[in-house]
Amino acid sequence: MSDALDRYGFETLQVHAGARPDAATGARQTPIYQSTAYVFRDSEHAAALFDLKEIGFIYSRLTNPTVAVLQERIATLEGGVGAVCCSSGHAAQLLALFPLMSPGTNVVASNRLYGGTVTQFNNTIRRFNWSSKLVDFDDHDALRAAIDENTRAIFCESISNPGGYVTDIPAIAKIADVAGLPLIVDNTAATPYLCQPILMGATLVVHSTTKYLTGNGTVMGGAVVDSGAFDWSASGMYTALSEPEAAYHGLKFHETFGPFAFTLHATAIALRDLGTTMNPQAAHYTLMGIETLSLRMERHVQNAIAIAKWLERRSEVEEVTFAGLASSPYHARQKSVYPRGAGALFTIRLAGGYDACVAMVDKLELFSHVANLGDARSLVIHPASTTHRQLTDEQKTASGASPDVLRLSIGIETVDDLIADLAQALEAAHA
Amino acid sequence: MPDNTSDETLRRILRDAKTIAAVGISTNPVRPSYFVMRYLHYRGYQMIPVNPAYAGQTLFGEEILASLSDIPDGRQVDMVEVFRRSEMVPGVLKEALETLSGVRTLWMQFGIYNREAEEAGRAAGLEVVQDRCPKVEYQRLFGELRKAGINTGIVSSKLPGQMA
Repeated sequence: MSDALDRYGFETLQVHAGARPDAATGARQTPIYQSTAYVFRDSEHAAALFDLKEIGFIYSRLTNPTVAVLQERIATLEGGVGAVCCSSGHAAQLLALFPLMSPGTNVVASNRLYGGTVTQFNNTIRRFNWSSKLVDFDDHDALRAAIDENTRAIFCESISNPGGYVTDIPAIAKIADVAGLPLIVDNTAATPYLCQPILMGATLVVHSTTKYLTGNGTVMGGAVVDSGAFDWSASGMYTALSEPEAAYHGLKFHETFGPFAFTLHATAIALRDLGTTMNPQAAHYTLMGIETLSLRMERHVQNAIAIAKWLERRSEVEEVTFAGLASSPYHARQKSVYPRGAGALFTIRLAGGYDACVAMVDKLELFSHVANLGDARSLVIHPASTTHRQLTDEQKTASGASPDVLRLSIGIETVDDLIADLAQALEAAHA
Repeated sequence: MPDNTSDETLRRILRDAKTIAAVGISTNPVRPSYFVMRYLHYRGYQMIPVNPAYAGQTLFGEEILASLSDIPDGRQVDMVEVFRRSEMVPGVLKEALETLSGVRTLWMQFGIYNREAEEAGRAAGLEVVQDRCPKVEYQRLFGELRKAGINTGIVSSKLPGQMA
């Protein structure tokens, strides 16, 4: 609904969106409002806030001035009408599904997902009597066939973890649209600098802000961005948004708040009652990070291309899954859907198999062996034994995490230093 | 139905309007029309509630009128906001143009849009806004909704209240 993306460039918005000088002090940098509660003007003001007749700060489990700046900044960069931040990327996925699902319903998701998401979808959400169906999103017939009368959402990652597979978001959005379902895209590994799923037809975007948005591996966080474009009342399936809400005297969120229904519901109901709140310190670190997002992503992509090309020529490396390589089967799609680059996350399959993978991880000096991605530092992990460990062998292969692959998250260091480090470790691992 | 009115135009409409006639107002406190009137009244707009079903009752200190033609001659009404079904809008517009000489904006609430009324309103020199809520737009464009993570579109290095 806002036209900020038409009026300003991405680099201007990553610095300014959401953040005017502080009204109380003139502070130019967004202050960290380390306060749990906010004083009401009078009793009538308090009542109006609690009834959602007026929007204001009550208690930081729901809203906080520092977190609000980050929410607006992410919403603006993604081209959404609003965003709600939360404690982690996993919390964001729950907040995205929460108002859409009810007992007995399912989400149809891509089989190329972060292992932790596969576990959340296949195991944990069953405790709510929700379920998931994982299918190959390149097989559009299989995707359409998986959708049934109990499906409430379609879910995928833009650039998928670990293999760096690039999802054809416009095509998937079209299928979701025909089915009358919202498409949720996890845009963590692409960031809005490389991909804006809402502009391609997605309904909701989720983030682990822990990764590139913060960029330094400092704080946990998540976000859900709403496009504002989905009609929650049309099908009668999204009753949390379309029907009277008992906790607010029978107010109907979609009827009352229109395109802002999802965002205000996420704050007023989901954060209030699930409590997965982002703290203002985390919001501060992430705001600092986003100010340089475009610069970092350019360097991440530049380094990833150089390193992937170098790895592809090495005899110890049998496969590099980076969609930015001309040899990738996904290169044409990357160029059209992700024109600024394929990200900086991919896997390599080693000729020496599992043993070489383990040896290489131990030999790397600059690459950090951690369960994280999207840090300024280059990172490495063996997904089959860590991030994707809970998956079956079949699921591991489908998600690109078979035992003979390593995942690399390429940082912003001097590229020659990274290549030298990879060279010595590859040689040692295959000696 | 996407309404393409720019943020700048919406801000101007809401800044310039002083008196708003709300057609199809409800006295039920959980209905959007009640919410909107309560909020805009609280923000200082002169509100004129209109609904024949509640004519003669009082809402936020204002008498509910049966129709736009009951507004006294000479009272300036800047904007007519419609809370009625989309197909009823041309009739409301016609009455507004016949009885309110100074009206400048026809505004249709969330979920309400009518191409015929849009064209007729524009032809008569009115600003026409459809499928939007003036309360929510006020809250968005003047910064209140940024407290809840809404993309307000405001980009400025001036202190709030000093925007160029």
